[in-house]
Amino acid sequence: MAKPLLEFTDRGIYCEKGKFYIDPWKPVDDAVITHAHADHAYWGHKRYLAHHLSREVLLYRLGEINLQTVEYGETIVKNGVTISMFPAGHVIGSAQIRVEYKGVVWVVSGDYKTQDDGISTPFEPVKCHHFISECTFGMPVYTWKPQADIFRDVNSWWQSNLEHGLATVIVGYSLGKAQRILQNLDLSLGKVYTHGVIENTNEALRRNGVILNPTERITSESSKEEVRKGIIIAPPSSVGTPWMRKFGPYSFGYCSGWMAIRGAKRRRAADRGFIMSDHADWDGLVSAIDATDCECVYLTHGYTATFTRYLNEIGFNAREVHTLYGGEEEDATVTEKDEKEEISELPKDERSPQLKEAAE
Amino acid sequence: MKVFANLFLALDETNKTNEKVKVLKDYFNSVPDTDKMHMLALFTGRKPKRQINATLIRHWAIEASNIPAWLFEESYHVVGDLAETMSLLMPATESSSSKSLTEWIGEINDLADKTEEQKKEWLLASWAMLDSQERFVFNKLLTGSFRVGVSQNLVVKALADVTRIEAPALTHRIMGKWMPEDYTYDQLVEEQTASDDISRPYPFFLAYPIQETSERQKSAEDLSAALGEASDWQAEWKWDGIRAQMIKRDGEIFIWSRGEDLATEKFPELHPFLYGLPDGTVLDGEILSFSNGKPMPFNVLQTRIGRKNISKKILAESPVATIVYDCLEYNGEDIRSKTQTERREILEKLQSQTNDPETFRISSLINFSSWQDLETQREQSRAMIAEGIMLKRKSATYQVGRRRGDWWKWKIDPLSVDAVMVYAQKGHGRRADLYTDYTFAVWDGDKLVPFAKAYSGLTDAEINKVDYFVKRNTLEKFGPVRTVKPELVFEIGFEGINKSSRHKSGIALRFPRILRWRHDKPKEEADTIESLRALLDVGYEGEN
Repeated sequence: MAKPLLEFTDRGIYCEKGKFYIDPWKPVDDAVITHAHADHAYWGHKRYLAHHLSREVLLYRLGEINLQTVEYGETIVKNGVTISMFPAGHVIGSAQIRVEYKGVVWVVSGDYKTQDDGISTPFEPVKCHHFISECTFGMPVYTWKPQADIFRDVNSWWQSNLEHGLATVIVGYSLGKAQRILQNLDLSLGKVYTHGVIENTNEALRRNGVILNPTERITSESSKEEVRKGIIIAPPSSVGTPWMRKFGPYSFGYCSGWMAIRGAKRRRAADRGFIMSDHADWDGLVSAIDATDCECVYLTHGYTATFTRYLNEIGFNAREVHTLYGGEEEDATVTEKDEKEEISELPKDERSPQLKEAAE
Repeated sequence: MKVFANLFLALDETNKTNEKVKVLKDYFNSVPDTDKMHMLALFTGRKPKRQINATLIRHWAIEASNIPAWLFEESYHVVGDLAETMSLLMPATESSSSKSLTEWIGEINDLADKTEEQKKEWLLASWAMLDSQERFVFNKLLTGSFRVGVSQNLVVKALADVTRIEAPALTHRIMGKWMPEDYTYDQLVEEQTASDDISRPYPFFLAYPIQETSERQKSAEDLSAALGEASDWQAEWKWDGIRAQMIKRDGEIFIWSRGEDLATEKFPELHPFLYGLPDGTVLDGEILSFSNGKPMPFNVLQTRIGRKNISKKILAESPVATIVYDCLEYNGEDIRSKTQTERREILEKLQSQTNDPETFRISSLINFSSWQDLETQREQSRAMIAEGIMLKRKSATYQVGRRRGDWWKWKIDPLSVDAVMVYAQKGHGRRADLYTDYTFAVWDGDKLVPFAKAYSGLTDAEINKVDYFVKRNTLEKFGPVRTVKPELVFEIGFEGINKSSRHKSGIALRFPRILRWRHDKPKEEADTIESLRALLDVGYEGEN
């Protein structure tokens, strides 16, 4: 039997024919990157290929790297294998990677969501034979409300804080959630202030030509009184730190898909939990997979075991794959937390993946 | 229901005490009196009777959700709460119910004489007319698992503000066996006398641990600095039994446990002495199993807790008696405002008149001349089958709830062993979808023998790290339980140890909990089953 076009190795998803990896977690020569989050874009590869809109964030996060960028739909040929990128709707610049060789098509989803967040290029289903999909929220208890409803809640919470003399701190990770929040706030209520980590990412995106609403970086010179009249966008790592406490009394809202579960919400001890995710919900996953018309779907991270079983029951040919993006539900907390600190916090040996050759 | 569902949501959305009290007050001020009483009943653990059994509810919820049963079960493991799982899995609705809490509970109670078919029809129709937050609260009512993140103290505080009745008086008035159907809001706020409900207990006075939050023991010097003169205090052994309040009024007797469960029928051995008390007497003490005049360890008593019928065999194997330490009512008069010493004198007088000194025992006072002296005597605790020492200020009144200042418990160090984690299971509620419940093992030769389960003792950050480890080091899955690569070592503390034929290890621990994570210890250095058995031999167990 011929080798499959893509296989799962201990460095990441590998295309032997094309001699490149997709989102590898150990140093390789050629890495194709789905998006700039730290669990997908690692440091140390010789050459990187990513979408145009990931350029500045990648350079900001990884320093001087050898980076080539492309548009959605643009075609690159490596050793006879055709590579192209399609919008994944996860964050600005996120892409699904389409790989084709001799008429056989594989698509690697990276992270994705099917809901249009108004800022990332909307997800586009790509027909393929083999689809490698995430399933972070592959449980039927996760279903998202329309974005407009969520931001109605966010904005009325902000307004109520203003009326009660409370500062407003809204928490979401720095690439993705932060911009999504920024673009959907009701700016007639006040100014938007940002934590340095978030503003660095905003600046990188602006250098990339992305138009974002005006923000003001919080520095040691910022007037606490002025900041309290606006809204603060902060990363998860700032929760409970002296940096955050100095704006008190405040109300802090946490934006994450995990907020759908009361227990997870209580654990975060946020004043408000907004159910907002950059990953597809249950229905989104099922419909996205269905739209690919694939012969086989490989589930990489999230509730893989459950979701695989369900897909097989309803007639898909689904397989569970272990990657560093996660095994069963495990990467739950990692993916949505501030990516950098989360990964670097773990000792090296705990990071080594339990890999399994799932493709035959 | 909308208002009640919103109350629940608003309480969930704040961690601040003042904010919670405000939310509760707003609720009391906005709903009819009957709703107030129903809410009060629910928030103080008086759930409506379960009218549809949980299996049927679950079954119909799976039907309404239109997913396979196994997927429903897996969702439940992720959510960690049945009512919430059901509300999340059912299709969303746009409708919302205008019926009040009282009306809904009325409908639930009316199900008692309905057929299964009628119950199902009613339930499916009800789900369809509630929005998801209402549905969640409604499911909580139905499944009888009504726990809220609000202490009774906060509810009482809010109610005290609304009614302008002092909190201790209110706490007393909401004790006992009332149900919202037979206790009105007007009755609650009216002046009352003890005769209104002869079964009604007083709120328990609870001691604070002198160690406060740390496991570090306090020395005699610490005590002297914190509590002052030793002569201002009385000391007793801290008995390890069931705290109980025993009432004799108008010829009737009542035994209340601390959880406000009426347990009169569970302890027939105590009835003769209670009937022998003068009317208008309320005693506070501990119920323990006794053998030959000596208390037996808690696990002996445990065999009869939870039994519906107390058989002759049980009565013979673990006969109970009380060790009484306080008197709250005497001659029909509430004497809680008298001093500890005065109440003690009354108690001693009552006890001297009993015909049943075997079952009506009194907690003897420890003679001590100084804190140092007491510290030395405290080392005898385990030999006394006690958990340590209770300190009570001689001038203390009998107060309401857990209060710092006049009553302290000075427990002995827990016993401890270093053990290896071998199984993990997900927790519930705030710990849903996280591996928080662990089974620990010690070495028996080159094999690890599981001997205890423990849930608490780690910080949230540590729990996250263990969870991360479990998910990456699973060897096998059995339903919700995972076999974990034996690697992590923890120090497990416990209050006592007993032989057990029900456990593979042959031992059972009392109150096992995690004291700390031993990052410094490789699994090879964990303790052995022999070291646990050795504890049995030196008499940390009871004689059974």
